[in-house]
Amino acid sequence: MDMKRAYYEDVRFFSSGAVVFWFAALIIALGIYPFVFKNYYVYVANYVAINIMVVVGLNLLVGYTGQISLGHAGFFAVGAYGTIALMTQAHFPFLAALISAGFIAAILGFLLGLPALRLEGPYLAIATLGFGVTITQIIGKIDLLGGRQGLHAPDLIVLGRHLNTDREFYFLVVPITVLLVLFARNLTKTKVGRAFVAIRDAEIAAETIGVNLVMYKTLAFAISAFYAGVAGGLYAFVLRFIDPELFGLFMSIMFLTMAVVGGLGSVMGPVAGAMLLSWLDLELRNILSVPYLGQWLRQLSEQYFSLTGVSNIQFIVFGGILIFIMIFEPLGLYGFWIRTKKYWKTWPF
Amino acid sequence: MTFFAVNGLSMRFGGLKAIDDVSFEVREGEVYALIGPNGAGKTTLFNCINGIYPPTRGTVIFKDKNLCGKKPDRIAKIGIARTFQNIELFAHMNTMENIMLGRHRFMKTGVFHGGLMWGRRSFAGKEEIRHRRKVEEIIDLLELQSVRKNMVGGLPYGIQKKIELGRALAAEPSLLLLDEPCAGMNTEEKQDMIFWIRDIQDELGITILLIEHDMNMVMDISDRILAINFGQVIAEGTPDEVQRHPEVLKAYLGEDGTT
Repeated sequence: MDMKRAYYEDVRFFSSGAVVFWFAALIIALGIYPFVFKNYYVYVANYVAINIMVVVGLNLLVGYTGQISLGHAGFFAVGAYGTIALMTQAHFPFLAALISAGFIAAILGFLLGLPALRLEGPYLAIATLGFGVTITQIIGKIDLLGGRQGLHAPDLIVLGRHLNTDREFYFLVVPITVLLVLFARNLTKTKVGRAFVAIRDAEIAAETIGVNLVMYKTLAFAISAFYAGVAGGLYAFVLRFIDPELFGLFMSIMFLTMAVVGGLGSVMGPVAGAMLLSWLDLELRNILSVPYLGQWLRQLSEQYFSLTGVSNIQFIVFGGILIFIMIFEPLGLYGFWIRTKKYWKTWPF
Repeated sequence: MTFFAVNGLSMRFGGLKAIDDVSFEVREGEVYALIGPNGAGKTTLFNCINGIYPPTRGTVIFKDKNLCGKKPDRIAKIGIARTFQNIELFAHMNTMENIMLGRHRFMKTGVFHGGLMWGRRSFAGKEEIRHRRKVEEIIDLLELQSVRKNMVGGLPYGIQKKIELGRALAAEPSLLLLDEPCAGMNTEEKQDMIFWIRDIQDELGITILLIEHDMNMVMDISDRILAINFGQVIAEGTPDEVQRHPEVLKAYLGEDGTT
């Protein structure tokens, strides 16, 4: 039963003993993961963790505040370029460069939030889309940032240690991800998060109860951009080489898709969405080499589409999975989780 | 000191004069009702008072300060709260969280304190608990205990109206604007609402400005009444005076109306 026993129950860090257990289990699992799985899967984990950061941040904006953004690849690019540029040009240490780049992205997010005060829905989507497309064009024109040629990441030294392998990098990325996810979760439980949801659900009522729309809308953009910026800075070191082409519209749409598939308006939903979609994105590339299924797909595409077969068949499968998820659970993976939980609570009735 | 006064307020939408040179004064501690037929401009007047529309002309004075030109959130912080005719709740939050929004103006937790809420002893945690306690008092007052954790979007209309009232009360206003608090309620719910409005006036000492169509209720609880029609004041005074005023009868019953 949902009977309240004390005021602090809603405020506690862990809502029950079971949550403490699962959280500890998760931390231990994350700790031993890179020792159990081989290198490629550690690389995958890093990639997934970075996507989680962006999507959790994006969800604060889209899911909680109700403002759409198709320009998050732009903030991601600013973070990536900002980190490398600050390290190579201004000789910042890595962590300082990463955080500064996050703040640069946040300032841009704030500025992009200003037109958002007047725009809504599709109009805001177009404005943010414009930002995302423009920012990579601008970066491509700056020689200091490598222009169209791209930039190589410098050696990664954190607190005096060289991080060379994926496994070492894993122990940098994953703690940052865990911290940022917890930060977002706490934020949504307190004043700022409530103000975001209030703006999404009833803007006028929010305003008349004392929520400053200008401040909170721009704040949502800034926080969300900060998450994307920090993730971008780390992404630069996953790839070790970045160029403007990387941060295209498709990437922005992928971030938004991850948030929607995971479930807007929750913190853990987007985490699940980011995990599922980034994993699918990487794994489906090898779908043709899966025994039986791969052959069947190749046959199918050769028979119905073209003589040589469809080259990017993974996108077709990917799209199919997305459609399937959205039809059966419009609330995304989070909705699926809620339903499962409810089912087991009342089982066997 | 002027507690609350509207002076020569006009609001035009293009050629339409929604409010035309309306003036009145509300004394501290009273229940002041606004009545008038549909489309008389009552809700527009409310929207001008709390800053949703900037009035074309005139001033709104609250505690000797002019409210015109101020944003709604500024006005909320000065101490004016309101409810809406068509419920404006935050549908995807539960009752507790909705009323917590009323505490928004008293809370100091920012992004960093909020994000770093590590348990109940942190700054944000302590503040949350303090304000949740306040909200709990309002939940008790309005008898909302049973729906504390329900999403408000799916609750019955009467309860949503109460939650909206609770949210406004949580902001501890000195002036409370109620836009048709009894609309769509059954007799029993209306009785309860009248009871609470009296409570709010007597025990919390909040001045109430109210719009209502239910004349029994208006006559019952208001200290003074302002009748408007087509954006203009047609009568002002105590319930008895307004009830007998020929212009009011004409507005409600037509040209030959007699009682």
